[in-house]
Amino acid sequence: MTVGALNYADLSIGKKLAIKYFTVAMVLFLAQMLFGLIAAWQFIAPDFLFGILDFNVNRMVHINAMVVWLLYGFIGSIFWLIEDESGVPLVGARIAEATFWILTVAVVIVVLVYLFVQSGPGETATLWLINEGREYIEAPRWADIGIVVCMVAIFYNVLATFLKGQWSGISGVLVLDLIALAGLYLAGMFYTTNLPVDQYWWWWVIHLWVEATWEVLVGCIMAWGLIKTLGARRKIVTTWLYIEVALMFGSGILGLGHHYFWIGTPEYWLGVGGFFSALEPIPLVAMVVHSVYDAGRHAFRSNNHPALAWLIAHAFGNFLGAGVWGFMQTLPQINLYTHGTQWSSSHGHLAFFGAYVTIVVAFIYLALQKLRGDVWMSGGLVDRGRKWKWSLVLTHVGMVGMTIALLIAGYEQSFVERALGGSTWQAYFEGQMRPWFVEAMWWRMIFGVLMTVGVVLLLWDFLTIGAKETKPMLEVRSLDEEPEPEETEVGEVGVATQGS
Amino acid sequence: MAESNESQWWASESFWRKCAIFVTAGMALVLVFLTFHTLYAIGAGSDAGRVPAYAVINYRIDYVPNDERGHLVPEIGPMVPLFGEVMNEAEAKALVNHGKLTVQARNCMNCHTLLGNGAYYAPDLTKAWLDPGWGNEQARELLMTMFLKDPVANARTFGTNRRMPNQNLTDDEIRGVIAYLKWMSAIDTNGFPANFTTLPQDGPIYEPESEASEEDAS
Repeated sequence: MTVGALNYADLSIGKKLAIKYFTVAMVLFLAQMLFGLIAAWQFIAPDFLFGILDFNVNRMVHINAMVVWLLYGFIGSIFWLIEDESGVPLVGARIAEATFWILTVAVVIVVLVYLFVQSGPGETATLWLINEGREYIEAPRWADIGIVVCMVAIFYNVLATFLKGQWSGISGVLVLDLIALAGLYLAGMFYTTNLPVDQYWWWWVIHLWVEATWEVLVGCIMAWGLIKTLGARRKIVTTWLYIEVALMFGSGILGLGHHYFWIGTPEYWLGVGGFFSALEPIPLVAMVVHSVYDAGRHAFRSNNHPALAWLIAHAFGNFLGAGVWGFMQTLPQINLYTHGTQWSSSHGHLAFFGAYVTIVVAFIYLALQKLRGDVWMSGGLVDRGRKWKWSLVLTHVGMVGMTIALLIAGYEQSFVERALGGSTWQAYFEGQMRPWFVEAMWWRMIFGVLMTVGVVLLLWDFLTIGAKETKPMLEVRSLDEEPEPEETEVGEVGVATQGS
Repeated sequence: MAESNESQWWASESFWRKCAIFVTAGMALVLVFLTFHTLYAIGAGSDAGRVPAYAVINYRIDYVPNDERGHLVPEIGPMVPLFGEVMNEAEAKALVNHGKLTVQARNCMNCHTLLGNGAYYAPDLTKAWLDPGWGNEQARELLMTMFLKDPVANARTFGTNRRMPNQNLTDDEIRGVIAYLKWMSAIDTNGFPANFTTLPQDGPIYEPESEASEEDAS
């Protein structure tokens, strides 16, 4: 391993695979930004690409690229940490390699069909070959089956590796969570004429992924990240992880009910969904407390400043985007007016970014440090860390700006279209033409461009960070290696502060 | 504070591991239980009365205030069959099904919302069948057909210039989509959307010449 050089050949098989997954993820991240910009522009100039690349195609690619790249980021993260966590090399490396290529080729075919075929006749064959027409899980059925097969293969890699090596609290939660995550996908893989039944199961996939199993998965990744960047004590991190699982599943599983207010499902969901989804921010508060505690406990003395910054961004982004923005419209009394407006779009943007984009970015920084030969990534980088700091600022300002713009549009839409206009088509279009809405679309566009600049800068930083560094990584003393503390908590903090 | 975590049960790893397992299992059990009930309640034509049988497209559908529930609810009125043809449940289901397949195959949900779910580029379709924009009951089917046949030429964008692209729907697909929208408007959505104004429905009632298959249509 040479400090600063690309040490790809020296990486273990699991880590090489992780780099591949991260690479595809970043290409799809760029695609997500591009199609998001086109769709945002169509709100302002509806004739743009009309009849060629219509809004529904751009929007579908925008959200599908996101779902897939985040999954790639998660899979990459799991392959990255699995050998360190289990203490043995990845089991079934050839299968894992083949899975990566099969999955990637399938993703490319699906995207090409989305862009060039777009839609088909109203027959079952269209759902099997072109597009399933259900938001977020539009992938045609053949691809669904392929995704499940690939997930089973990846699950085999993970399970077999831990079975051969050692188990930990983190890996135990991870494996159980992966079973749920893959199993839930099956709930979205059938067709029915009955729309309420369709949407009932559709939410099992969407909600129980992003508001339950994905959250727990990033909880595992976060736990491992804090141990790595800060040397946080494993026992504390693991205990926190269990607390978060209890709170997350305790609120999130029945919080599913907030999607069952208006789709034809019985009235008891108004109470069940309203109550449990109102509790959903609690685990996210716990995560903020957890990460701020750990960072403070170690006096921010970390071996990877960009990763730690994005981990902290994750804690706050998850709490604000998923927690606060979700809570704002989760009670049925308000949701009656906000459901299906730009409120949801505002919440969706900040939640996916805050909860998931941030953690994958943090993890990629961890991986790049190793790829560059355990290079120095703490304070005082060669370029003074300009690229990572500016990309962090630009992506966050861009995202928060878009979120606020969409929220204002959502307020206006709820008021003019829903409350005053009674949701007719005319009321819808009146709402879309009011200055608050029109201006909000412009601000969303401007902040979207700003964020795209930030993402391009981020990718540039990924390619170059550490390349000109000569110092090796800062040694972070793991608290696990110290003797069990006998002094008080205050005394412990004193020790950590001295060390910095 | 003076003691390490091991001695405090509420801060121990094993306590929270058990909590995580029991809470997750408990909540999952409740969800499974509720799922069984909900799936019964939302079956098309189930006794719960929330999701109508497909043959509801033979009847006039309205969306009216209900004092007891405090919001608007669908109301099934006298017979006004879609396209003037009385259908039995199987025929109606086949037509609605063709409509739903078409709506999925043309990716409508990435511009419109259905029951409020989807994208926000175009109006919600939950009560599209009842929208006052169609003028009146007699003109509605013709206007909907013309619009779906050529949404660019017949665009009604209310000044936004946000047109629907031509989906090149066949006549059968158009009939299916309209049937699907009519059926959708009869789903009991707990008062979503609120404050909705329906178009006037005072056209002629269907007079059966012979015994049409009315009994199938309940």
